[in-house]
Amino acid sequence: MTPRSLLDRVPSGLSLVVWAAVWELIGRFGGVDLIPPMSSIAVKAVEIVQTDSFLEALAVTAQAFGIGMALAIVVGIPLGVAMGVWRPAEKLLNVWVNIFISAPLTALVPALMPLLGIGQTTVIATVFLFAVWVLVIDTQAGIRHVGSSLVDMARLFGGTRTQIFFKVLLPGALPEILTGLRLAVVRGVKGVVIGQIIIALLGFGELFELYLQNFLMEEFWALVFVVFALAFVLVEAVGVVERRFDFYAGSR
Amino acid sequence: MNAMTRPLPAKSPDEGTPIVRVEGVAMRYASGVTALDGIDLDFPRGKLTTLLGPSGCGKTTLLKIIAGLIRPTAGSVQVEGRPVTGPGPERALVFQDFALLPWATVLRNVAFGLELRGTPKAEREAIAEKYIREVGLSGFENQYPNQLSGGMRQRAGLARALTVNSDILMMDEPFSAVDEQMRRKLQEDLLSLLQVEQKTVIFVTHSIEEAVYLSDRIVLLSRRPSRVSAIRDPGIPHDGPPDQIRRDQRYLDTVDEIWDTLKQYLQ
Repeated sequence: MTPRSLLDRVPSGLSLVVWAAVWELIGRFGGVDLIPPMSSIAVKAVEIVQTDSFLEALAVTAQAFGIGMALAIVVGIPLGVAMGVWRPAEKLLNVWVNIFISAPLTALVPALMPLLGIGQTTVIATVFLFAVWVLVIDTQAGIRHVGSSLVDMARLFGGTRTQIFFKVLLPGALPEILTGLRLAVVRGVKGVVIGQIIIALLGFGELFELYLQNFLMEEFWALVFVVFALAFVLVEAVGVVERRFDFYAGSR
Repeated sequence: MNAMTRPLPAKSPDEGTPIVRVEGVAMRYASGVTALDGIDLDFPRGKLTTLLGPSGCGKTTLLKIIAGLIRPTAGSVQVEGRPVTGPGPERALVFQDFALLPWATVLRNVAFGLELRGTPKAEREAIAEKYIREVGLSGFENQYPNQLSGGMRQRAGLARALTVNSDILMMDEPFSAVDEQMRRKLQEDLLSLLQVEQKTVIFVTHSIEEAVYLSDRIVLLSRRPSRVSAIRDPGIPHDGPPDQIRRDQRYLDTVDEIWDTLKQYLQ
């Protein structure tokens, strides 16, 4: 076996294993209190996910994420469509969308609290604010990318505006909408955790606060990795759906 | 040359009433570019007329105006004596880039014109099947466009245009995106098909050979701002075997003669 083909066979998860091993060594022999050994974090993670406080936090988080994402979809996709098909909407709204997509929205969360209260509503609003803009932009781009000749074709064969929208524009924009949805999920996950941490009274934010205050580093890291893993799985799941529609893009 | 060659005036009174009449059509864009400058043309019924000219001369623009997809800035188009205000069921178009829905199968794509007209599914699929067979795409009904070669995609585009049973079939450089050998095959197949389907065809191309091979009549357009510079009737019968045409002396003469005319635009 040549070195080259050996390299080709390196499993993609290998770097994770190396990283975990290094962490384990530092945890055991590094004498850093902040970094407990990976093995004990793993054991703690299994423990944590069975506790009532974790399950409650998960439920609260899932609710905030779900409602926030649903709002982002209900608002973001129609807004993106409007901006894609109607120039005045694009002209009016483009500047706002571009400001918000690049803005560090975390800074807004403390401002939301006096408006919406220190609770679930603020977290939902945070998820919404984090997720909606990328959905708007990608939906708009998707509508724009539908070839003008497809629209011409539909007009030529007598398609009405409604038909052109539902039979050509919307399915044509679907790959971009799904990409937008995946990116929105990425941002929404960040939003829900950031919202909870800033409020520090809810869900995972409350748990993080509790662990850090009491210097429970094993619990803290265990929860970090569990949350990372949940976010990763969620985004991958949307990615699987997205890739199923890959054949769309191949022929454009 | 021969008697088939006609001088400039665009209107020629043969073949009874023209099915499409273009009167004084001009197209000036807001940018100041004039694409078409006073085009007067008649398209005889049941004939294949080609719009031939240098790249960017506005022949596709003229075709889209006749299709009703673009409004001219001046002049008018009449189809069967009625002014064109938009697309209509008597006109179908084959697109240069095929314009197939990438997410739909060949069958749905071919039936899509009928789908937009509200034809029930079973009926439109039966009609689509017929034309899929006619253009030689049998067996590919359930494939997606990106699984097909360029030639096959355009066969699907042609089948779709035939399903709606329009009298006028417009073709916008339909074979320019396929390779040379496939193009010849598609040209031959088109001629065979037109012996079965009675259509008035308006064909846009920049290929002189293609124009002379296919056409009953060739309209030469000048460079932008585009005008009708000449009309040629090659006079080659199209009811014989398609492979005889390229050996016909009239074919060779007309190609040469058109080349002489068009050369001046290529400075």
